[in-house]
This record gives sequence, C-alpha cells and structure tokens, in this order.
Amino acid sequence: MTTYKIPEENYYTKEHEWAYVDENLVTVGITEFAQDALGEVVYCELPEEGQKVNQGEPFGVVESVKAVSDLLAPVSGTVIEVNAPLQDDPGAINDDPQNEGWLVRIEMDTEKELANLMRAPEYKKTITESQS
Amino acid sequence: MSTQKTPLSSEHERLGGKMVDFDGWWMPVQFKGLKLEHACVREGVGLFDVSHMGELRVSGEHSLKSLQWLTSNDVSKLKKGQAQYSLLTNFEGGIVDDLIVYCLEPGADYLLCVNASNKDKDLAWVTKNNKGADITDESSFWAQVAIQGPKAMELMKEVLGASVESINSFSFLPLSFKGTECLVARTGYTGEDGVEVFIPSEVAVDFWSTLLKKGEPFDVQPIGLGARDTLRTEMKYSLYGHEIDDSTSPIEAGLGWVVKLEAKEFIGSEKIQSVKDKGPQQKLVGFKMLERGIARQGYRLFSFDNNEVGRVTSGTPSPSLSENIGIAYLPVEYCKIGSEFLVEIRNKKIKAVTVKTPFVQKG
Repeated sequence: MTTYKIPEENYYTKEHEWAYVDENLVTVGITEFAQDALGEVVYCELPEEGQKVNQGEPFGVVESVKAVSDLLAPVSGTVIEVNAPLQDDPGAINDDPQNEGWLVRIEMDTEKELANLMRAPEYKKTITESQS
Repeated sequence: MSTQKTPLSSEHERLGGKMVDFDGWWMPVQFKGLKLEHACVREGVGLFDVSHMGELRVSGEHSLKSLQWLTSNDVSKLKKGQAQYSLLTNFEGGIVDDLIVYCLEPGADYLLCVNASNKDKDLAWVTKNNKGADITDESSFWAQVAIQGPKAMELMKEVLGASVESINSFSFLPLSFKGTECLVARTGYTGEDGVEVFIPSEVAVDFWSTLLKKGEPFDVQPIGLGARDTLRTEMKYSLYGHEIDDSTSPIEAGLGWVVKLEAKEFIGSEKIQSVKDKGPQQKLVGFKMLERGIARQGYRLFSFDNNEVGRVTSGTPSPSLSENIGIAYLPVEYCKIGSEFLVEIRNKKIKAVTVKTPFVQKG
C-alpha cells in the first residue's frame, strides 16, 4: 500500500481536493492520492478570475490520457487567482500537486462551509479504506 | 463477474504496474508512465502482456469452408505459416469482431486470435454458424506477449535465435523457447516492427522474465494498456467498441481491404456489397484539434452552421506528435483532408480538422 503525504494544515474533500485556508483566502489543489489515481495529467481547464463557484460544484476539469475528472470547489466564493501556466503544461499537478500544482485561489463567502470538509486524520482514513 | 488474471498479472504487480479491471481482466494500465512507455515502443522496444486475448482453434476437414463463411477475408489464400487480418461479420453486414487468422495447416487447422472482451460472444457465434469444423476454445492454454519497437527483432534474436528474422510480415513460425514450442508471428498493434508470441501459459513467466533480462541492454520496458491505446490510435488502427461494433459497416470503417466480396459469399456479404454499391454515407477519418481540448469517445461533432454531423470514436493526446488527435465517423462530404468542423467538449465547440492517417508516418 502506498503512503501519501497529507499535510495537517489542509482541509480535504471526499473527491480528493485539498484546501489551504489563510483567513478568507482558500488555495485549492488535488491531493497526492488523486494525482496517483489519475496518472499523467495531460490537460486541465480552469475557471476565469472573478468567476463565482459553489461548494461541491465543478469549477474545472483535469484530464489524464484515459479519463476526464471534474474538479469540485471545496468552498463557495469568487476565484481571485488561477495557476494559469498549468493550462499549457499541467505537469506540476503530478510532480508537486500540493505546492507548485495548486489550481485556484478562492475568496470564500463563509467560513461556515469549512465544517463540511475533512481534516487530515479523517481524510487519511477514507483513502486507507478505499485502498483496502 | 470476477476479475480474471493472466499468467503475468502478479509479475506486473511486482514491477509496479498500476492495475485495473479491464473488461474483466486484471491488467496494467501503466508502469513507469504512459509517455515514457509510448516513446520506448516508438524508439526502442517494449513488452506487452496480451494474454487476455482469446484463441479459438478451428480444425478438421470443414475448417476452411467454415472460415470462408464466417470471416470476410479470403482464407483460401493462406499458406502454412501465414496470418491474415479479418472480420467476423453478422447477417446485417456489421462486425462481430476483428481478428487475426493464423494458418497452421491449409484446409485443416487454423488459430483465430480474437478480442478478450468478445471471446465468449465470438465462440457462441462461430459455433452457431459453423459449417462442420471442430472448434475449441484454447484461450486459457495460451499466454501472449507482444514485443514491439525498432529494436524488437534484435531482442528476439537474443531470446529465440537468428531464425526469427526469417519471419515475414503477417507470417509466423513455431519456435522453441527452452524446449517449449511457441508461435512467433510478425504482427502487432503499434505500427512498429516486432512480433506477437503465443506461448503456453505455464512458461509465460519464464518467457517474460527472459525478455526483460535479455532486453536490459536495449532498455526494454513493460508497456501498459494506456500506451497500447495511444500507439494504436496514432496508427488509426480500429479498436472494437470504439471504431467498430455490431452495427458498423466494414466499408464505412475503411476495412474494405479485408472484405473479399469478389472471392466468395460469406455472412452478411450481400449487405456489405450493397453499402459498397450505394457508396458509404459516412467514413472513418482522423482529425486533430486546432484549439485546446481533448476529444473523447462519444463526443458530438458539429458543422459550422450548427448541425450535428458525427461522433468521436477515439481521442487522445498523441505523445509522438504533441497534438490532440482523434478518430470519428463523418459524412463523406467532410472526409476530405483539411475539412474543418467542431467538437463539442463540455458544452463548448472546439475547432478540429481532418488530417492524413496514420497520424504518425513510419519508415
């Protein structure tokens, strides 16, 4: 069984996005588990800056050679920054999904929604269960 | 249905293959990475476990007569040791499966290599429409390994001796691997030189390990299903369930060259003749994306005046070309090379253009 890095400071969705919260700014990416399951990401489609997103709804797409996967917003809010270089070269999503491979920054509408997300120990448990 | 393992499944797990359930088979989708594996086959040599493929033995005095009725190509042309790409056709002129017919003994003994996902369907179909041949399912007896790439024949010489070089394209030879007879065919699904080797299941692990060991100087790599698909798509080879199925016509699929309507009567031949006479309404073409986006199977195609004109059968990024390519059925008026149309990707219409195929020109 593979062990994945699951930084303690992040929040997680059950669809394997991570969210790093700094006051009302939320940086979003996919987890190491997700990139490993996807295989080589060959394409990604990200929203425009200023676009509104809703918790649990798609804000973009990542494609590996074989599969298309929706990216789901961990919180509701407004996209204020997009990791645009990924749209030409998405390699960082595989190489460094939790740093260089970040996808978007969202200005979150309400902190209350964070209660719907998982913390590291709980997320770790869900991926351990899905592997066994 | 439980997942079946090939004799090599545990070898793949040991080598770090990412394993998936592929049509009921526990198969590696990739090992070190799809792009690396793809390049390895285009530039060096790669190994594919294709043991999931089905093998049906058709023998006896009525074998030729049966195969002439069941398949679209002219089996009477095959000499001992020759192989032929062909189709099992249905009475509507559609395609039950695509396959390779290997002639072990003209008029007496043939081996059919069929798609894994169709094997049970094929066996039932062949049995039902048989004209007195003896039909045996030998799928569990045989493992199959494909060795493909510009360095494949050098590696095979090391493993099986110099006689492998005498095998011509679409021919095969029984050769000994450590005393066990295997069938070595100069065929493949990548567009590269190489062989596909039928080997009894119990020696498959030894054969595979020997190939990896003797292949070290050639930097041989095991190749997953992911690269198998990108390699075949770059050659515009049909994949059953994508380009061809029970309802597609061989003429529309561009497989008229394996349909010998002048030579014989076979299942569905009249229907296929009538498609040919009328001229096909649509044809299978290759295209590349002109804007960002990957076309996927089932995506709809539109004209610039917004009429739906076709569907994508396969689409992928091409590792060799660094472009996004695809295959689709389009009305004949769109089939001219350079015709532009739109692919609907997640509610957006993205420009594409028909191009010459194979996408990757070899030799």
